[in-house]
Amino acid sequence: MTQTLLEIRDLHKRYGAVEVLKGVDCTMAQGEVISIIGSSGSGKTTMLRCINMLEEFQGGSIRIDGQEIGYETVGGVRKRKKEKEIARQRAMTGMAFQQFNLFPHMTAAKNIMLGLMKVRGMGRDEARSVAEKWLDRVGLLSRIDHYPGQLSGGQQQRVAIARAIAMNPKLMLFDEVTSALDPELVNEVLQVIKGLAEDGMSMLLVTHEMRFAYEVSTRVIFMNQGRIAEEGNPKDMFVKPQTERLAEFLKSSSFN
Amino acid sequence: MGYTLNFAAVWRSFDLLLEGLALSLGLAFAAILVGCLIGLVTAFGLVSKNPFLRKPAGLYVTVIRNTPILVLVLFSYFALPQLGVRLGKIESFVLTLAIYSGAYLAEVFRGGLLSVPPGQREAGLAIGLTEMQIRTSIILPLMLRNVLPSLSSTMISLFKDTSLAAAIAVPELTFEARKINVETFRVIETWIVASCLYVATCSALAALLRAVERRLIVPR
Repeated sequence: MTQTLLEIRDLHKRYGAVEVLKGVDCTMAQGEVISIIGSSGSGKTTMLRCINMLEEFQGGSIRIDGQEIGYETVGGVRKRKKEKEIARQRAMTGMAFQQFNLFPHMTAAKNIMLGLMKVRGMGRDEARSVAEKWLDRVGLLSRIDHYPGQLSGGQQQRVAIARAIAMNPKLMLFDEVTSALDPELVNEVLQVIKGLAEDGMSMLLVTHEMRFAYEVSTRVIFMNQGRIAEEGNPKDMFVKPQTERLAEFLKSSSFN
Repeated sequence: MGYTLNFAAVWRSFDLLLEGLALSLGLAFAAILVGCLIGLVTAFGLVSKNPFLRKPAGLYVTVIRNTPILVLVLFSYFALPQLGVRLGKIESFVLTLAIYSGAYLAEVFRGGLLSVPPGQREAGLAIGLTEMQIRTSIILPLMLRNVLPSLSSTMISLFKDTSLAAAIAVPELTFEARKINVETFRVIETWIVASCLYVATCSALAALLRAVERRLIVPR
């Protein structure tokens, strides 16, 4: 029996009057690689962003390693946790963004070292050696003192992934990390993610790369209109979709 | 006409002009330093979602930017004592220029803050930084790079505004020039020299700020 890492219960999220998550339940075990697919507006990115509290949510709960994320109920009243506590909880997860979001005024090394020093409390030398290790791992050790503006999109995204992984998170969140890349740069990023999957990293990926989702995922979640419409192992999902909505989605998303 | 320029009388009092210039620089430096702090705090207020921060910040900027600086200078030197606030000439002027520059710098900084993409903050949050750490390590350095060109023109404007201190007899460059003018009757020469000192100082200031800008530029 593998250990439960992430437990989402009845997650509700509203922007004003619009409910974008209408009760999402999801349990994830340590070491799983889950791809979340679905058309835009289905709530997949929002769900990912609730897990590290980049989005507030109004109902339900998210637990990582048994810890309730973001909110606590005191005397029957649901309250947002203190900023410091939320920051600490965010450090349990790592996130890679569609737009990379590297800090443009810092070199690749400094981008990685910032969190190690300010959040993990490492000294400069230790942080630098961790940065070296992870840049080597994503094949960019030779670019260690380059600024983001001097790197290609694919290289920037690999640095951004290294920055997140170097923090030693329990869970990695990938938010459409190849969507902003030129087609010829997509593969180098996918190879890095694949390598992490092979190492047993627990990962949640929001992606439009159906072929990739099929290859690396232990499980696939299909979201539709703020709910999980279908989930299962990738072979069943892609070959024999149970819902008509998923069948339509797969047809339109050029998976073949 | 037949007027012959004769700078001899002005050169004899040149030391006085330099002392005045030194004081002008001192006034500007002190006022801009305080003004930067006021401006920074106010800018964060202006972009805040909290109306209790945003509204007062907006009111301050509106009132100060829409009042002529000479009026502010005269108000704080002549009217404040009536209200029980007694300050020396120099303190009164520095405080006034600081409050005045704070309003302008707040607008400059606000623009800079808005130009930092929200993804930068999110990336900071995602690695577990607190809002304060994000401000100091990410937002401020990026904002500063964005605003340097307009910051330097604002600073030069503020330096020139120190000439208004002459109105309350602070012995800065313009005041000293007027004194020499009255004593020597060399009107044209005096004001030519004073203008040259302003131009030279402002140019040096601009060059210095451009050097800072070049140093901070992000390689790409």
